[in-house]
Amino acid sequence: MSVDRNGDKLLVGQVLEESDLVTLADLCRSCTVETQTVTTLVAEGILDPMGGDVEHWRFTVGSLRRVKTVIHLQRDLGVNLAGAALALDLLDRIAELERP
Amino acid sequence: MDYKDYYKTLGVDPKAAQDEIKRAYRKLARKYHPDVSKETDAEQKFKDVGEAYEVLKDPEKRVAYDQLGSNWNAQQGSRPPPGWDAGFEFQGAPRGGAGQHDFSDFFESLFGQARGPGGGNRGFHMQGEDHHAKILVDLEDSYHGASRSISLQMPEVTPDGHVVRRNRTLKVSIPKGIRQGQQIRLGGQGARGQGSGKAGDLYLEIEFNPHRYYRVEGADVYLELPVAPWEAALGASVKVPTPSGAIGLKIPPNSKAGKKLRLKGRGIPAKTPGDLYVVLQVVLPPADDEKSRELYKRMQEEIPFDPRASMEVA
Repeated sequence: MSVDRNGDKLLVGQVLEESDLVTLADLCRSCTVETQTVTTLVAEGILDPMGGDVEHWRFTVGSLRRVKTVIHLQRDLGVNLAGAALALDLLDRIAELERP
Repeated sequence: MDYKDYYKTLGVDPKAAQDEIKRAYRKLARKYHPDVSKETDAEQKFKDVGEAYEVLKDPEKRVAYDQLGSNWNAQQGSRPPPGWDAGFEFQGAPRGGAGQHDFSDFFESLFGQARGPGGGNRGFHMQGEDHHAKILVDLEDSYHGASRSISLQMPEVTPDGHVVRRNRTLKVSIPKGIRQGQQIRLGGQGARGQGSGKAGDLYLEIEFNPHRYYRVEGADVYLELPVAPWEAALGASVKVPTPSGAIGLKIPPNSKAGKKLRLKGRGIPAKTPGDLYVVLQVVLPPADDEKSRELYKRMQEEIPFDPRASMEVA
């Protein structure tokens, strides 16, 4: 954190790449989900962790947003997991198509 | 505080049946869900719609609300008329995950007691949830570095169990060389922790505002540059805008339309700086007057040129 010319608090954050990796524990804490939920998402193909087994799983920073979106869709719109997975894919496509 | 017309919010008649209310809610929830909606103020509208449904879907709450409607006096503020909810018992807690409901002051004043005191979690310690948001910056911000103010609305649970929406303005440093899709993690700026848990983090995903003439791909920037036919044909020295200031550019003679001129290192100043590609867009001078038309006619007559030669049309 630093202070800018006006004396206002200026927050300096850590820059992360989409491809930077976090552990399973980080992901669970960050998105307030249980391990079980994450393994279900992986089984559904919504998340694609690196590393062979659960202990070595590493997720990209980009996955954090995916997990949150799935949780929100389930919670708020009553979407089931397969529907949420489809929605995510379609959202990705829209984002791709809308890129200027 | 202002009265909220929940029927209007859902677009239903005050006499609507429960299933009609449910249908209306479902459609609007899909439309305004912040994770999928492109509407402006989607988040606020989603909250409004959710709150309206929370009241109207529950027969008890709906009746209480309907009774109140005719007697609502804005001056009264937070106290509903005495005895209006006598005989009603609100069952159960609102649905939802971490109980982080985000209702308006109006709702809280009518139904807040349903949650009961001690709604907060005593003795429960947990690190706060991380929050994710998108931040729109200009391409020029990435070239020079900048600071941006963003407003966020974060729901928070107060010690006595009420959920309030806290409006926060943060001033964030946008580092030079930042690219679309990168995230800035601000430690401790997410949701407050429970008990003695520390606050979660705030992740800001960078997205560039669309620019009038630059297009961004990764660290590379594309500029479509309009040029006159003679500039492309005969070559020229032209002034060209770049996000880091105007530069002089030499267009080689006999350049074709769509030719890409690569300016190495003039893209986004990331760790590996990107390039700036100037794409020549040949623009025709208008044939508005006699003189221009004469000149075009001369070109037609004196330069043998068939642009469709490769198309094999008769």
